Amino acid sequence: MGEQSPVLEMTGIRKVFPGVVALDGVDFRMFPGEVHALMGENGAGKSTLIKTLTGVYEIDGGEIRLGGVPVRISGPLQAQQAGVSTVYQEVNLCTNLSVAENIFIGREPRRFGKIQWGRMRRRAAELLARLDLDLDVSAPLSSYSLAIQQMVAIARAVDVEARVLILDEPTSSLDASEVEQLFRVMRQLKESGVAILFVSHFLDQIYEVSDRLTVLRNGQLIGEHRVEELSQVQLVEKMIGKELAALEDVEDKAQRNRERAAEATPVVEARGLGRTGAIAPYDLTIHEGEVVGLAGLLGSGRTELARLLFGADKADHGELTVSGKPVNLRNPQVAMKKGIAFSSENRRTEGIIGDLTVRENIILALQAARGWTRPIPRKKQDEIVDKYIKALQIRPADPERPVRNLSGGNQQKVLLARWLITEPKLLIIDEPTRGIDVGAKAEIQRLVAELSDGGMAVLFVSAELEEVLRLSHKIGVLRDRRLIEELENTAGVDADRIMQTIASGATS
Amino acid sequence: MISIFKNRLFWPAAILVVLLVINMFTSRQFVTVQDGHLFGTLIDILRNSAPLILVGLGMTLVISTGGIDLSVGSVMAISAAVACLLIQDLDDQNSVGPVLLIIGIAIVVSMLMGLWNGALVAIIGIQPIIATLILMVAGRGIAQLITDGQIINVQSGPYATIASGFFAALPVALLIAVAATALILLLTRRTALGLLLESVGGSPTASRLAGIGARRLTIMVYVVAGGLAGLAGLIYSANIKSADSISAGNLIELDAILAVVIGGTALVGGRFSIIGTVLGAVLIQTLAVTVVAIGIPSEANLLFKAVVVVALCLFQSPTLREKVFGRLTPRSAAGAEVTA
Repeated sequence: MGEQSPVLEMTGIRKVFPGVVALDGVDFRMFPGEVHALMGENGAGKSTLIKTLTGVYEIDGGEIRLGGVPVRISGPLQAQQAGVSTVYQEVNLCTNLSVAENIFIGREPRRFGKIQWGRMRRRAAELLARLDLDLDVSAPLSSYSLAIQQMVAIARAVDVEARVLILDEPTSSLDASEVEQLFRVMRQLKESGVAILFVSHFLDQIYEVSDRLTVLRNGQLIGEHRVEELSQVQLVEKMIGKELAALEDVEDKAQRNRERAAEATPVVEARGLGRTGAIAPYDLTIHEGEVVGLAGLLGSGRTELARLLFGADKADHGELTVSGKPVNLRNPQVAMKKGIAFSSENRRTEGIIGDLTVRENIILALQAARGWTRPIPRKKQDEIVDKYIKALQIRPADPERPVRNLSGGNQQKVLLARWLITEPKLLIIDEPTRGIDVGAKAEIQRLVAELSDGGMAVLFVSAELEEVLRLSHKIGVLRDRRLIEELENTAGVDADRIMQTIASGATS
Repeated sequence: MISIFKNRLFWPAAILVVLLVINMFTSRQFVTVQDGHLFGTLIDILRNSAPLILVGLGMTLVISTGGIDLSVGSVMAISAAVACLLIQDLDDQNSVGPVLLIIGIAIVVSMLMGLWNGALVAIIGIQPIIATLILMVAGRGIAQLITDGQIINVQSGPYATIASGFFAALPVALLIAVAATALILLLTRRTALGLLLESVGGSPTASRLAGIGARRLTIMVYVVAGGLAGLAGLIYSANIKSADSISAGNLIELDAILAVVIGGTALVGGRFSIIGTVLGAVLIQTLAVTVVAIGIPSEANLLFKAVVVVALCLFQSPTLREKVFGRLTPRSAAGAEVTA
């Protein structure tokens, strides 16, 4: 493969934003028929590099060659025409249109200006069949899971004769079997000579599917390696630029805390709490200083369970006591008054308010709880916000920047700050580490451990079993919208044990 | 220097200044003092802007939540009808106390109209444009029922004062508009109301999960919009000393929406600018006066207005500005290098 000439060569790429050098002379190349992982922490320049390649940004210096020919990519359409297709991190499709329409949007097969619907549907079905997908192409995209939508986005990207396919965090919302399906598709595409640029925060996935990887840090090229030449530990060191003992550190704390939590007083107790069609009735008790993890496959009811404890959805049977008193969580406001906080898995649509600044986003929940007639004095706002920007290392550390312009990991920290300043008794966090880098992930995990040390009860929902195992005192396992088992996180419990529980569906 | 051009209120302000300068040359009296009062074209413009400013203020709040209120014109008509009907029945139309009470009643009725809108939007969940369309259409009918289909004339000195009176050398109508603007500014920026409204408009789902009672806030903005429209209706009717259910506030909702947009508030909700709306309202009024002053034939009035508005909106577009003015500023200046 080394003898082949690269299909894509970027040399000395430079991109400057006001106040920041986002890319500083970065070289990057891709060969036909390889999966190339682009690695780096949040803010390392991965997204910027991808955006210069897809024509979202124009470069301030350097050269891009496609198939040996220098190109100037001035827009997404030009990028596509040059053979560079992209599937973005957040699925960018129109869920109200049909599957076929989504695949062919903007380039529908036409005759005399009229769209040939039959031909479009047929071609869409063929295309999907190549990816081993059997879908009703005339059904609206919204009737399929996020994972399937992702596949449709890939089908669309592949169909435009891509020489280079960019997959930006395609796996962040997929479960294990769907990831396998995606990898099968990726390998197929690789066989046919497509160069795939793969971005993921899951190291195991990188190692499973990639041939080569390029590491960026602070807008600079750190190195390009063949995957087998670099161990995971070495890779993480390159990305972070320092020894990463952080993750082990977190584990110790959780361990130490396990005994204590058992004797603590319960914060919430759910008895037969449920919501028809969303989650079967469940019993769950969360104590002070206890981290309860929820594990289960995508769509197993993890989020639905959590939402009932915040009144985000209303339970239609069962009862709930908070601090020993029965409550009816009609809406989030009631839950907040009882000291419950909830950070949604959908950061962008249910978390941040993009137009508002970091400061405004952080104080929002506290302000809502106080009511509009009692504004938090500006001086106090600045104090709180500065404190949390420092404590959670939110970057850039500019409270007046619209939160929309922050990276995913930093938006997540803003959301955590929003809830922490309300000083909740129970913090529910749904997928706080999805789509964020190793460094930020470790920071958030450490924070959760610290909060629980300080006596806060935490309900921690994550698709990553290791993370749940590392942090939780107790693990609730879900399957098919049912809480099937509650495991004390003792020495014998590991990822295999939980997988078995999920697979067997035991209700012991 | 560059930041001045980038300010979203730069172009409306610039066009307003240009229009005012034109008026300075065309009008016989731009600003003069007469009997201790200020008079002249400028004062007329400001005084006549009052109803549009009031309606625009309410519209800004409604739009910031992602809504819209088409019924403001009809509410103006209802408010005027209620006030004139009651004043007509007074034994002494010139006694201040009862007239003030009646003004209060008319405003409360207008707020109830707003409550109706708010309930349809926030409780029943009808889309704002449809919900307020109901009152927009039905409201004029209600006003006509109140006045029995007649134009009610009143001869009340105190009532006329709110439109044509003077206080401390300034028109009362203008003072009312200024006071309302100050009040809304205080209400939104000195409390957390503005932030919460912008949050609801920016993302209703995220706001709900942050514990914001969007329903109550939404109802509130429609009530405030109703009250302000009612006040505008009173000024309008006091000016002509009668309640005319057909023409009171006719099509004012469109000018009000335009004022909001010129002022830099996006129709999708979120960030809003009170000062921007006031600027927009004065601009629209000035434009109407200018058209007459520079002798544009009356049949071309609306066309002229359209051209100015389109030009303004183009200037405000960041994309277009980049294309037209981007070349004037060297690239390197825009992305000044600062080592991080």
